[in-house]
Amino acid sequence: MYKKRFDNRKFDELRPISAKTGIIKRADGSAMFKIGDTIALAAVYGPRELYPKFLQSPEKGILRCNYNMISFSGSGERVRPGPTRRSREISLVMEKALMPVLDLSDYPNAVIDVFVELLQTDSGTRCAGITAAAMALADAGIPMKDLVSSVSVGLVGNTIVVDLNKEEEDYEEGSGSVDIPIAMTPRTNEITLLQLDGKISKDKLFEALQLGKKACYEIYKVQQKALKEDYSLGVKNE
Amino acid sequence: MGDLLVKDKEVVVPGQELAFSMDYLPTGGAFRENDKIISSQLGLVSINGRLIKVIPLKGKYIPKKNDIVIGKIVNMSFSNWFVDIGCPNEAVLSFVNTSEYIDKGADLAQYYSFGDLIAAKINKVTRGTIDLTMKEPGLKKLVSGKIINVTSSKVPRIIGKQGSMITMIKEMLNCRMMVGQNGRVWIQGMPEDELLASKAIKMIEENAHMEGLTDKVKGFIENEKKKLGVKNV
Amino acid sequence: MNKEYIASLITKNMREDGRDLLEYRKPIKIEYGVSSKSSEGSARAIIGDTEVVAGVKMEVGEPFPDIPDEGVLIVGAELLPLSNPEFESGPPGIQAVELARVVDRGIRESNSIDIKKLCIKPGEKVWMIFLDIYPINDAGNLFDAAALAAFAALKDTKFPFYDKKEDKIDYKKKTKDSLPLLDEPVECTVIKIKNEFIIDPTIEEEGAMDARLTVAITKDNSICALQKGGEVPVTIEEVDKMIDIAFQKTKELRKVLQ
Repeated sequence: MYKKRFDNRKFDELRPISAKTGIIKRADGSAMFKIGDTIALAAVYGPRELYPKFLQSPEKGILRCNYNMISFSGSGERVRPGPTRRSREISLVMEKALMPVLDLSDYPNAVIDVFVELLQTDSGTRCAGITAAAMALADAGIPMKDLVSSVSVGLVGNTIVVDLNKEEEDYEEGSGSVDIPIAMTPRTNEITLLQLDGKISKDKLFEALQLGKKACYEIYKVQQKALKEDYSLGVKNE
Repeated sequence: MGDLLVKDKEVVVPGQELAFSMDYLPTGGAFRENDKIISSQLGLVSINGRLIKVIPLKGKYIPKKNDIVIGKIVNMSFSNWFVDIGCPNEAVLSFVNTSEYIDKGADLAQYYSFGDLIAAKINKVTRGTIDLTMKEPGLKKLVSGKIINVTSSKVPRIIGKQGSMITMIKEMLNCRMMVGQNGRVWIQGMPEDELLASKAIKMIEENAHMEGLTDKVKGFIENEKKKLGVKNV
Repeated sequence: MNKEYIASLITKNMREDGRDLLEYRKPIKIEYGVSSKSSEGSARAIIGDTEVVAGVKMEVGEPFPDIPDEGVLIVGAELLPLSNPEFESGPPGIQAVELARVVDRGIRESNSIDIKKLCIKPGEKVWMIFLDIYPINDAGNLFDAAALAAFAALKDTKFPFYDKKEDKIDYKKKTKDSLPLLDEPVECTVIKIKNEFIIDPTIEEEGAMDARLTVAITKDNSICALQKGGEVPVTIEEVDKMIDIAFQKTKELRKVLQ
């Protein structure tokens, strides 16, 4: 039975969060999102003409996400550079998580490139990446119907928790752990990312999703604050 | 007048609800969903009677017919140049639309080559295609001088009422200048004057909302010229 | 076109951002331990708007057969597409390779790391240091910022716990032992535009450059690495001048490393 979390957090408590936008001046938009020891950087370039031309869509623009972990971001051995099947899948689900809030019909033949780099990883990396990417898209002035906020929920032992860290993800006693990364649109509470790793009953899953909804809203508050504060600073520097 | 959920000049984020009413009309940076008006941008709310819009700090230039723009040649085919004008899509200049007479099948690179800068006018904007023309006096390849980039929304301020601001800078610094609606400004003169002109333009960009800006810029240029005069003695 | 403009400004002793020809942008900063929870050592170097991070991961492996009692240093660099709109995703191109190798040479040829002390069992087990460099914002002069970040990451490094019997590293347990460092190489890149020299070029100034010389200098003022880049040749007198400039300016960079 998992009665007390390894880091003493409450079951519905997130790790410490910090967020900042406009950190990469050469990019059209950028953001940093840190949750616990996981640090994600996101940069947006575009909309810009898409090369190679055969990838272009004459009906609307495309969103292209690239998720990467730098070599010294892993808690164990060095991460070999280059895309892996895992990073390619994460790039895909990130695109799917962000697309619902974008209307790219105004940008035929163009691409919006989102680059996400993990400087340090302690679980919840794709969630941190999506959260940072959403802020970066807003920072770039890309029209969005809503932000996207993302965090993991799950089961450790038999207890539903929010924002699993690596220790909890690796928990092996009893039924082990279940990791459920989710992303939601804060205004309409729709799910744009949903994955699950582990074994869970339907009842527990829906309990977890309810907790996840609340947790995503906590993430949204931080995104809003960072965007507004950094905007005001940007205006001051004008 | 229905429910306004935000104040004028408030900073909002995409997805934030601005008003709950059929009385308001979204005119930019916002959209209606059923009876709610929602922001699509990170920016400042601007409420004008029944019109609500959100003014973003950043954003790419939106091309409009008849705009004069400054672009860079980034590609070419048999009959077209492809020009970067800072938009999501590259603009197209057909060989029949330049001010020169060019034979069909001629080598386009002889006229404008990769990296060349041109002043052109937007002839037509359709979905994904921006057509340029140079068949107008004053539109030409820009040789020598320098280009600076500003936010396209600040261009009117840089030009000034009936061109008053830009003319003042041109005369004070003895520079030729051209302002593209796409936020690119071309300056040609002595290098130190080009530098001063670009500083003046940056000053206008940063203080666009200020009163008495023309006088402030005039004073700034006079001061800097005095300083330079001393330095070069 | 801006190339001519920048060159003519420089011939009049002026730069776009108002700096002197031999002036570094401000701030010049180093932050240590930016990935302290995952790396064995890491650092971020900032010169003006240019930002580079570097980090160290250590492994235990076999030495090279011809130097059985020496540890191994491998320096890599990846020009992250997030740092510059011109960079594309994909395996390191020649620009990244040059960056890594120039930084590597500065560290290796100065014998900064006492690699004999990295030997665990001669011919069988030595420590391997993987030093990776990543630009985060490329506003020009990646070489100098990368060299600073790289060496700062080495300074920040602590050995992870190595169980000799099990031949296993416990990355979660860090020791208090730093790397055996014997020197502190600092690199300065001098740019030639027409007949003038500048340091710490912005992106636009890099675009206008005729030639560059990166000079790595040790604590006792020896030159331990040189790299000439750019398409225009330089005379011996010019190299002499550029090296003098590097000697002068690395003093400033060295202070930041302290």
